[in-house]
Amino acid sequence: MNRTYELMFIVRPDMADEDLDKLISTLETAVSTTGGTVKSVEKMGKRRLAYSVRRFHDGVYVLLTVEGSGGLIHELERRLRVTEPVIKFLTVRIDEEQKRLDKIKKIRDSKKKASAAPAATAASVTPATAEAGTETPASAPV
Amino acid sequence: MAEEAKAPTAHAGSSGGESRPERSGGDRPDRGGPRGPRPGGGPGGPREGGRKYFRRKKVCKFCVEKIEAVNYKDVRLLAQFVAESGKITPRRLTGVCMPHQRRLSRAIKQARNIALLPFAGRAQ
Repeated sequence: MNRTYELMFIVRPDMADEDLDKLISTLETAVSTTGGTVKSVEKMGKRRLAYSVRRFHDGVYVLLTVEGSGGLIHELERRLRVTEPVIKFLTVRIDEEQKRLDKIKKIRDSKKKASAAPAATAASVTPATAEAGTETPASAPV
Repeated sequence: MAEEAKAPTAHAGSSGGESRPERSGGDRPDRGGPRGPRPGGGPGGPREGGRKYFRRKKVCKFCVEKIEAVNYKDVRLLAQFVAESGKITPRRLTGVCMPHQRRLSRAIKQARNIALLPFAGRAQ
């Protein structure tokens, strides 16, 4: 039960701030009752929509990062669908992507450390390791 | 078959007797260059009359700047790869490599769904 999801939803612009906070806290309680954790809540503010949704041209964007199972998302989306002020939502699963990014970061950091450690003999070693590093991902099957 | 009928001498299967041109990779016609990717799609001038002009040897912006994560949230980055009509610009015009183009395309479609980018028309 360690799936991380990013849930972005748009709220109609004429909604009051405290109502928005109430909605967010309702969602948070729903998350904790289902056994997940809320990683972060970010209110991205009012933005102009690229196309009109339910005859609105602006909307308040909210980004919610949660960690939990798929059933949790099912519940959250059900709630969002029912809530009247929410006009659009999108859920993206990000744990696989995060794993991939961490792996790349680890490889990059280890490469940097390998090239930074022998600082004295770095002149001949660094270009060699850098070349070897850049060649491996870019080597197309010729 | 014709070979054996015409030249029954002991040429043992070699096509030295007949002037048959050497063909690499079977009798299929060449598909735009022997190997490797096609060089920039060949001369043809700008296909879309928009601002994306044509240039050879274009490099993938993501590979050069080492941008690994293409998020649907950074609209400014995504908008560079979207034409005026709202369509996603093809790879041969922007020079993006295939895995990055796939991720980019996915991010653009996600952004469209959440009204950060338009489906059609210019982004206001």
